Amino acid sequence: MTELVQLLTPDGRRIASDSGQETDYQAFVADVTDDDLLGLLRDMIIVRRLDDEGTALQRQGELCLWASLRGQEAAQVGSGRALGPSDMAFPSYREHGVAWCREVDPLHVFGLFRGTSLGGWDPAEHGFALYAIVVGSQTLHAAGYAMGITRDGGDGAAISYFGDGASSEGDVSEAFGWASVFSAPLVFFCQNNQWAISEPYRRQSRVPVYQRARGFGFPSVRVDGNDVLATLAVTRWALRQARSGGGPVLVEALTYRINPHTTADDPSRYRPADEVSSWRMRDPIERLTIHLRARGALTDEREAGLAAEANAVAADLRARCLALPDPPEAALFDHVQVTENNLVAAERAAFTELRGALP
Amino acid sequence: MTTSDTATGAATGPIGSIDAIDPGPVDPDSIGPDSITPDSITPGSIAPDSVAPDSVGSVGPATDGEPQASPRQTLTLAKALNTGLLSAMAADPKVVIMGEDVGKLGGVFRITDGLQARFGEDRVIDTPLAESAIVGTAIGLAMRGFRPVCEIQFDGFVYPAFDQIVSQLAKLHYRSAGRIRLPVTIRIPYGGGIGAVEHHSESPEAYFCHTAGLRVVTCSSPADAHLMIQQAVASDDPVIFLEPKRRYWEKGEVDTTPLASMPGQEQLALHTARVVRPGADATLVAYGPMVRTCLDAAQVATEDDDRSLEVIDLRSLSPLDLDPVVESVRRTGRLVVVHEAPSNVSLSSEIAARVTEQAFYHLESPVLRVTGFDTPYPPARLEDHYLPDVDRILDAVDRSFGY
Ligand SMILES: Cc1ncc(C[n+]2csc(CCOP(=O)(O)OP(=O)(O)O)c2C)c(N)n1
Ligand SMILES: [Mg+2]
Repeated sequence: MTELVQLLTPDGRRIASDSGQETDYQAFVADVTDDDLLGLLRDMIIVRRLDDEGTALQRQGELCLWASLRGQEAAQVGSGRALGPSDMAFPSYREHGVAWCREVDPLHVFGLFRGTSLGGWDPAEHGFALYAIVVGSQTLHAAGYAMGITRDGGDGAAISYFGDGASSEGDVSEAFGWASVFSAPLVFFCQNNQWAISEPYRRQSRVPVYQRARGFGFPSVRVDGNDVLATLAVTRWALRQARSGGGPVLVEALTYRINPHTTADDPSRYRPADEVSSWRMRDPIERLTIHLRARGALTDEREAGLAAEANAVAADLRARCLALPDPPEAALFDHVQVTENNLVAAERAAFTELRGALP
Repeated sequence: MTTSDTATGAATGPIGSIDAIDPGPVDPDSIGPDSITPDSITPGSIAPDSVAPDSVGSVGPATDGEPQASPRQTLTLAKALNTGLLSAMAADPKVVIMGEDVGKLGGVFRITDGLQARFGEDRVIDTPLAESAIVGTAIGLAMRGFRPVCEIQFDGFVYPAFDQIVSQLAKLHYRSAGRIRLPVTIRIPYGGGIGAVEHHSESPEAYFCHTAGLRVVTCSSPADAHLMIQQAVASDDPVIFLEPKRRYWEKGEVDTTPLASMPGQEQLALHTARVVRPGADATLVAYGPMVRTCLDAAQVATEDDDRSLEVIDLRSLSPLDLDPVVESVRRTGRLVVVHEAPSNVSLSSEIAARVTEQAFYHLESPVLRVTGFDTPYPPARLEDHYLPDVDRILDAVDRSFGY
């Protein structure tokens, strides 16, 4: 167990491949080229731009709410890009960056926060389960899914995202226990962004998240979650462990929630502004940008191109979001069950009749 | 929809919430380059100033039971709860508040605002994020002589605590042949109408009413909020205290005299239903958030249809106080029961059955119900169709007169 895996320092330097504790993980990104890094940078820039659009649309009354991922781009893109097509991710409600990597149309995510749907995408098609707002609940689904993989001979793994706050829920401990005794191919991926709304991590536990795996009998690692390369490496390692029959792995990605918990939150009531500014100095996008610039792989022109692309993606999303219609009224009766029961059928009929009678 | 209760100013606009309801400062860096301009902001889109503006540190009028110049004040329902909790804590040092974000933040709805600053971290406890533990440890604290007031952040998050509430909290008095008393209050903001994401708009009351050993109450006005929360905390039995979150920002006059210094005869007992609008032609029964909607419906019925509707606020859901309802139905002959929760095996099922048993020969029509549908709570953009509104209530009244 290492204290903190880092492959890029906050000022963009690549940690040498033979330096002690990182050695094990270096191998997992040995194939990563500058072009690949540019791809990760592109993902992070677009994801941040989409996230800003979410905040803006909420402020304009177009979304009910937005849960910003700002500051967590590397944790999400690094882990999301480590996944293969047969892996299945179980997100909480802030994993817009992972959704992007799983090729879920961001419009679906926006529809959820707009209040036009409760999900939108097909989990099986994208290997990306529906968002889970009930904190921690998804870790058990991931454990069960992973148990299924071992039973039907599949070759993928499951990954379950959850927060530092969620780590206190009974469900999460139960998922640790089950995944462990059933050697389920499951990566528990905790984004420790330091806060659960107003509560700092020290209110959840006396030990770092990653150390909790030991008591359940499986390995864990803590990675610098603002280092996209290290996150990619560690998640690839963890997935390989899980897929090769070793059972679950816990990854703690140390990161920070730069923005309010959601657009409805006021963090000035509970955390000092200088804490936020000190984390801004460790910005994940900045870090990779400096690194690629130093290598000559990122030019002004290329950077401007990425910004323009991100703006175009956001503009397109914005237009489609504004055009999202409210669902038809009677859609609220759809899909309660596979076979509609008589009570819902009767209520649907009465509803339609009453609506028809109104002016 | 022609009329609906949104016309009463009840609608707060979409405020979303996973989970914290303060508008919060706009982070300039978080706003996309040209996606926002000041005049493109819809006022209704930003959380109504939540409960916060007058809040930090300025907790309530009741200072350790000192007499106040004027105990009558106009307060929001949220502030009335805050003031009531302050009085309860001041009256009894064994009262402790526990929940997620209840300390510095004052709760996502600011109901516990300022209480930690005043009573300290041992009495206003920011708990780890675990609902089963919030209730389970409250049981232990109560066995040790404390009087815990638990906050569950939203209705949809009470279910992880279901075992602790239903199998433990509700039964220990019975199992111990009365030796154990568990004076635990569980506060739950509930109900819809705030434009929230999933799990933030549910009405779980029936689950708890179905469980022997629990008392279940809900307030509909600031005055009741202030009184009932103190009575709940003072109860020696566990109380599920449901707070109609869409009404948090509605104002009303409150007698802020602390319960402890109020003469007993001035208090309406906790488990008492109340006629909130007298009428002669039909009876509407509601509780919590739907009381306001029924009052609006009654007003429209008077103005448009020349019908006089009596509105009864149940206040207590378990035990039920049906005497005022039966008395009313004996006069009006017609009863419509309204709630946001789905109809199947609900409060309205129970009321319909009991009123039919007790006032059968006085009924001119079957007891009718206006409820949420028997579907999961829909996405926010459909909630206005799901929630009972003035139109649906008046339609039921019309049908009642059709018999
Ligand atoms: C079971 C449950 N309890 C409470 C909540 C309300 N809630 C929503 S997010 C949150 C904090 C979660 O913190 P963390 O797990 O660290 O994730 P983060 O929001 O920081 O990404 C809380 C308490 C919830 N959604 N589910
Ligand atoms: Mg967190």
